[in-house]
Amino acid sequence: MSREWSRVKAIVWKDLTAERRTKANFNAVVFFAALTLLLFGFALGPDDQALRAAAGGIVWLTILFSGVLSFNRSYEQELEGGALDALLLYPGERRSIFLGKFLANLGFVLLVEAILIPAATLLYQLDPGLAPFRLLLVILLGSIGFVALGTFYAAMASRVRAREVLLPLLLFPMLIPLLLAAVESTTALLTGDAMGNAGAWIRLLIVFDLIFLVACVLAFDYVIEE
Amino acid sequence: MSGGIKRLRVLAITCVVLTQVGAFVTSPPDALMGHLQKIMYVHVPSAWVMMLAFFIVFVYSVLYLWRRNPLHDLAAASAAEVGTVFTALTLIQGSIWGRPTWGVWWVWDPRLTTTAVLILIYAGYLALRSFTDDEERRARWCAAVGVLGFINVWIVFMSVRWWRTLHQPQSSPSTMSSEYLWGLVANSISFAILLAWLIRERYEIAKLEQAKELDFEEAALSGTVQHV
Repeated sequence: MSREWSRVKAIVWKDLTAERRTKANFNAVVFFAALTLLLFGFALGPDDQALRAAAGGIVWLTILFSGVLSFNRSYEQELEGGALDALLLYPGERRSIFLGKFLANLGFVLLVEAILIPAATLLYQLDPGLAPFRLLLVILLGSIGFVALGTFYAAMASRVRAREVLLPLLLFPMLIPLLLAAVESTTALLTGDAMGNAGAWIRLLIVFDLIFLVACVLAFDYVIEE
Repeated sequence: MSGGIKRLRVLAITCVVLTQVGAFVTSPPDALMGHLQKIMYVHVPSAWVMMLAFFIVFVYSVLYLWRRNPLHDLAAASAAEVGTVFTALTLIQGSIWGRPTWGVWWVWDPRLTTTAVLILIYAGYLALRSFTDDEERRARWCAAVGVLGFINVWIVFMSVRWWRTLHQPQSSPSTMSSEYLWGLVANSISFAILLAWLIRERYEIAKLEQAKELDFEEAALSGTVQHV
């Protein structure tokens, strides 16, 4: 178990270091996210009330659209140098590759969110102070499910033709329960959760994350073997 | 083509024609919907066999991952393709019924929305199939996607139901007069036979396609065929 954990940590470190040293992907994704926030503002604004009401949905769609750009890359950099084959040759369980890439991608997406969400609160004049910890919980849970499925589907999509369009085509329909739960709970928490709806949606997020983390870890063996 | 498929085809078409005509002729106009109710005899069976088809995809995907028999992959793919057609039919028929009943072509009702998500999940499955060239890899990947997609159907349905509820209660034997019920049951059985025939037919075609691909590869390897 501890050996597996050290394998996972090695992959997380490798992926995040490669990202930190180039920064090319991170910068591009952050700018894309900021651009998307602005575009939604132009499309739905300038009415403050309308923007504030739609903010939960805008933020989560922006996370989905910008996050999906980064998943393929996590495998592409392996494929370019034939590094994936080497990674597969190392002894140990294949699932540590998945867990490592999942955690590295999760770190990446959370970092993007750390810039994106404060920007959204400013742009749309949101008040996250009503339930700050539960909001953070929703963001974390939503990101975990999103990144788990994204990492899983990118393992396939990054290795076929038309990967740019195939990944969202496979991934987004699967994410609809997660999107609904994340948007509904975020919107409820931003407006004080007067109806007490957020709890049920948070439970749905937890169930979704658990089911698909387990399913992705189990299915990854079949997807990655060559 | 083997005699079995021919017999299945004749049986499927005969059953569908007989039960459709039978249900149309014998059912009286509905108190509220009039003759519009008759779309139920194609809509509800389509929706049921659509779920059946995706369950078949799930079963053959699990079987493939377990046994690694390429024929199971072909069966799953055939069921996914036929299931997608029935999903599209279900959506179209639902819209045709919804327009006069609800006054709109589309509502964000749980079952409608879940059906729309379902068609997208399986469109993704079919896209992955067509974009992946290596046969063994395609089979493994699609089996994994088929299993995950099926797990999600129930979660999508529950989440959309929480999100919004508007659909009339599902037609069930307890809410329905027996004049309508027999037609619905008979047509559902006909549609199940129709589904079996279509999947079987698609499966045989898939086997032929695969055999042709193999022949071509062998010929190319032995140098008897030139690429054009």
